[in-house]
Amino acid sequence: MDLCELTALIEGKIITRDCDTSRPIKGCCGADLMSDVLASIQPDALLLTGLCNPQIVRTAQMADVTAIVIVRGKNPPKETIDLANEEGIPLISSPFGMFELCGRLYKAGLPSLENQVSPENCDCG
Amino acid sequence: MDEVPPRKTKTITDQAAENITRVEELAYELKVDVVMSRDAKEASPNMKMGEVLDIFRQARISGAPVISQDELVGIISIEDIIRCLRQNDLDSPVSAYMSTKLFTVRQTDPVVEALKTLVHTKVGRLPVVDDTGKLVGIITKGDINRGLLKALQHDYQEEEIRRYRASHLFEDIVSGRTSLILRYVIKPRDFTHGGSASSYIKRALLRLGASPQIARRCGIAVYEAEMNLIIHADHGGIIRVEIEPHQITIEATDDGPGIQDVELAMKPGFSTATEEVREQGFGAGMGLVNIARCVNEMKLDSTLGKGTRLKIKIFLEAQEAFGEVSAFQKERT
Repeated sequence: MDLCELTALIEGKIITRDCDTSRPIKGCCGADLMSDVLASIQPDALLLTGLCNPQIVRTAQMADVTAIVIVRGKNPPKETIDLANEEGIPLISSPFGMFELCGRLYKAGLPSLENQVSPENCDCG
Repeated sequence: MDEVPPRKTKTITDQAAENITRVEELAYELKVDVVMSRDAKEASPNMKMGEVLDIFRQARISGAPVISQDELVGIISIEDIIRCLRQNDLDSPVSAYMSTKLFTVRQTDPVVEALKTLVHTKVGRLPVVDDTGKLVGIITKGDINRGLLKALQHDYQEEEIRRYRASHLFEDIVSGRTSLILRYVIKPRDFTHGGSASSYIKRALLRLGASPQIARRCGIAVYEAEMNLIIHADHGGIIRVEIEPHQITIEATDDGPGIQDVELAMKPGFSTATEEVREQGFGAGMGLVNIARCVNEMKLDSTLGKGTRLKIKIFLEAQEAFGEVSAFQKERT
């Protein structure tokens, strides 16, 4: 799936400029905890998140994320958009919520690119 | 029987060889729909040849697909018009002169497929179709040349040049033990710029020729360490990266407050972060766990009231080493 097909599917709006729309999206990861993203995401994934701060762009850059979708039609602050433009990471805003978006993308054949967590890392007590 | 002509051989320089390979590579990488012309001028079977001549002259083209009821039925080219002119027959319909033997190429095919078809069939242009066989564009040798040139130009952008220069650093400088040290000052609670040091470090590693996997592992580890300094350290801290041909060593140090129980801090899910930090998507107690997962060696020393020192190492395999392999082996022994 490429960026154009994606935006059509999620009725999304690309907020950043001059982005490379040909880079393929191999799968998806949805999370609001950036450490969870860094712990589990595989390269070339799409990141779905409810957060809007610049850290989503930094996280995407470190984890080789293809594009970021911001859920619930939120508008990220200027510093987030500036950073995304600078680093060449497309930001897309979609009116749908996280669950709806995950459902739509999964149904369209996009696999999960979240690594399963090993049992010794599951203990949150 | 046709005789196969003997292959011409000639000596080419390394530079020339490199360029040829890149163009050849690009012909396989680039897809037809990237280089083709869209919105091609179309003709219909009932159109008069004279009209086609006018279209060709105005649009400065030498061929067009012939479409009937949304279906591709033929190709009309300047050669057909010349034949028609000889007969003084410009009032005839396109259907009388068009060629109906069609060679098409799919939009998802690599450019090299289009090139092969153009060479084998000796036609000047190929209609490009989608999976359902519907016409989406036209491709000529000119389109392919333009596409390849554009891609080549893109290849040689500044980043590439920088990468080329930096990747030779370890080869060009001879010493008993060469290392490159990067230092960054991290300000406390600076969430807006948080991660910029990690970003510089990841870019530096890629420019030095690190594999994407190594750069990613380092990037994630150092980013978590940077965020820890921003979140927890009283006065922020320092990140120091030492890059050697065979390993990358990263140290994150601060002067307080220190960690009460290092073993507990290493437990997944354990966190002392505030609500404000959690709202930023951090402080889930996975930072140190993430770092440990990305690196080969990790050492965390902390004294309450004094400060914390995190030292991590990533080892590079021989094929991933910076600079020449010989330099790598020297460092190892």
